[in-house]
Amino acid sequence: MISDDVIARPLRHPARTFSSILILLIFSIFLWSLWSSPGIDHKVIGKYLFNPQIIDGIKLTLILTLLAMVIGITLAIGLAVMKLSTNPLLRTVSTFFIWFFRGTPLLIQIVFWGYLGLIYPNITISIPFTEIIFFTSPTSNLLSAFTAGVIALSLNEAAYAAEIVRAGLISIDVGQSEAAKSLGMRNQFILKKIVLPQAMRVIVPPMGNETISMLKNTSLLAVIAVMELYARASQISSQNLAQVELLVVAAFWYLVMTTVLAVPQAYLEKKYGRGFASTTDSHMRFIRGARSDKT
Amino acid sequence: MLEARNVKKSFGTLAVLNGITLTIDAGQVLCLLGPSGSGKSTFLRCINHLEKINGGRIYVDGELMGYKEKGEELYEMKPSDIANQRKKIGMVFQKFNLFPHLTALDNVMIAPMGVVGLPKPAARTLALELLERVGLTDKANVYPAQLSGGQQQRVAIARALAMEPKLMLFDEPTSALDPELVGDVLSVMRDLAKTGMTMIVVTHEMGFAREVADHVAFMDQGIVVESGIPTQVLDNPRHERTQAFIKSVL
Repeated sequence: MISDDVIARPLRHPARTFSSILILLIFSIFLWSLWSSPGIDHKVIGKYLFNPQIIDGIKLTLILTLLAMVIGITLAIGLAVMKLSTNPLLRTVSTFFIWFFRGTPLLIQIVFWGYLGLIYPNITISIPFTEIIFFTSPTSNLLSAFTAGVIALSLNEAAYAAEIVRAGLISIDVGQSEAAKSLGMRNQFILKKIVLPQAMRVIVPPMGNETISMLKNTSLLAVIAVMELYARASQISSQNLAQVELLVVAAFWYLVMTTVLAVPQAYLEKKYGRGFASTTDSHMRFIRGARSDKT
Repeated sequence: MLEARNVKKSFGTLAVLNGITLTIDAGQVLCLLGPSGSGKSTFLRCINHLEKINGGRIYVDGELMGYKEKGEELYEMKPSDIANQRKKIGMVFQKFNLFPHLTALDNVMIAPMGVVGLPKPAARTLALELLERVGLTDKANVYPAQLSGGQQQRVAIARALAMEPKLMLFDEPTSALDPELVGDVLSVMRDLAKTGMTMIVVTHEMGFAREVADHVAFMDQGIVVESGIPTQVLDNPRHERTQAFIKSVL
């Protein structure tokens, strides 16, 4: 009996083979040009790759990223809920915040926080319009470059992340909160246990993007002398004049860190994807056309 | 158990309910029939204050829904007070609205735990009992997406029952189901009616209305056109609009 199983020869893709070779070739030429360039001293790169100052910079970059993202996302959830609120005051405050912090360059915000002491030389807690003062201190004592940097990055991040969180919240069907309300759940509980966990599915991928941006944007804090990775690299190169080599060192580590970030993101996507059919898979299958089980 | 007096509701200029007056005693089953757009679902959603009414009063178990009455004045209730009122009213939706990120068991457990503060082991026992009652013990640890429509709707019924409601609202519970799955859901509802649960069911299932309902009300254009015992309304409708509707669905 003749089997009617589908055993077909796979479709050939000659263009793929050709372009793969071409791309490899171009990439090799590029690498070779870098290697042979007299402008780059590889030994210097190797020497500074694990330099203790560079490692300290990496640590600080990671701490800054983590703090700014955690504070930023926490504020963002508040801002997103405010923007969706029925209270017109909360809506306006949130809209204004997002408008302001998205609308001005991050670099200017960083410089502003870093040099806050020029505008407000002293920070004072008192009853306004009276002589009663509880506490006063020079701004520079209270606000270190590190703190100023974290504030600047967090507030800016909050404005962007708020829109991501809001997108996540409005992607959830109203039927979900109606069902929750009909069970006697209160608004805060509904947000925390029903809506946000589902919204996370939509929130996590763009938030991964934000984290990568944040990791790189911490380098802007060099302008207010926060000694993160980029600041360390440029400090070293101002002494040994190996600018390009130290930029390569810094770029290498940024690349390593952004690569590693994919791991927690994959974990979060899996965690919040529970209970949902893998839509990425089914969409891609639809786009590519029917696939056999083998692939 | 439920008393609705002259309930009016409009969305902007569109009047959906034009004065609904209905009463149901404890333990009775009322089926609401009528063409789409007649206001059946809206009325159901007004009962547990998912929609604010513009006129009239709704009393559930003797309590005015959504407002406090002091003398002549009406005061809006705080959201937390409204939430408290909703605890005793279960609702089942046309599109199930199960929480997709929770397993069937967790769907049933979450309200008793989060709203009433039932400890986890007790909530689990309760949820397993309810899943058994709707015939889904073996699906306890499955997510809604892996269940058929009929199974999802039965979980939704168990979820509503977990709050031990005094009144159950069913908003076209079988309209989104494949025909062969309707029977299972209706039989769960039939059993529930036998236990003495007070139920209001918006449905197009005439057989169910005839067999289970104590009362049937026919709605059209935001009013109750005709109501009474099933045999009277379904077999000998007096009103011409009821006659036309019943003819069209049979």
